Amino acid sequence: MENRDPLFEVSREIVGADFQSAGDISGEVKKILLQAGFPPPFIRRIVIAAYEAEMNVVIHAFKGIFTTVIYPDKVHIVIDDEGPGIPDLELAFQEGYSTAPPHVRELGFGAGYGLSNMRKCSDTLKIDSHVGEGTRVTMDFLVKSQRDGAEVEK
Amino acid sequence: MKAIKIVEPLRAKVVVEGSLAEVEVTGGYCGDLLSDCIAHATEGSVWITIQSHPNTIAVAVLVGMACIVVTNDQDISKQTIERALKENITLLSTPLTSYQAVSALSKLGVPGTRKHG
Repeated sequence: MENRDPLFEVSREIVGADFQSAGDISGEVKKILLQAGFPPPFIRRIVIAAYEAEMNVVIHAFKGIFTTVIYPDKVHIVIDDEGPGIPDLELAFQEGYSTAPPHVRELGFGAGYGLSNMRKCSDTLKIDSHVGEGTRVTMDFLVKSQRDGAEVEK
Repeated sequence: MKAIKIVEPLRAKVVVEGSLAEVEVTGGYCGDLLSDCIAHATEGSVWITIQSHPNTIAVAVLVGMACIVVTNDQDISKQTIERALKENITLLSTPLTSYQAVSALSKLGVPGTRKHG
């Protein structure tokens, strides 16, 4: 797909272990996407993936940079962290697998659904990880995706 | 149904009022795993949970929930209250268990709702 010029770009720093403000960056991304007028189901899946990616840095890494680039037809998100890296990506993608410590799990985090939520919600997901250095997560969300169907069931 | 209508049946204490009097409750979700709740809870829902730390407020904002009901009289930290005030999120506390709270909401006709996917 041909990329046109971005409409908007924003970068924010994520602080590891800062549970107090964790989620604020995803909240800001949501507000920007609402203002840009994207459809709610599209915004919703970006917000889920953004939250999971942000929380992964808060839970596991020392710090990270969260960059969102908004195009007319897609949203591109890159999260670059300095942290332990992921030794076994295949294992990390298994639902329920987590290396989060018990005190984090007691708060309802680290249940092992983060990466699978990110994969389900994004159109492309790429993870580059180096053990002992850090992880870069790149996600793209296409406006004309098949994933944005009817939302709610009762 | 306006959120204020659920306060008495839940025997709830209003911890942070938010927009309690105006906001509409359109469904409900119950859960304590944040990845599950952010992926499946729906906009406008009441969220029944025992989690009471500040990040529950972030999840409620991201989903666009109508209000949070913390069950079992769990302690709610000052940081959580501050964050709810900042985000204008309605925060209730009930002595009921999560099951009892869901049961009470069900009697009021609040449907369980779930996002596809």
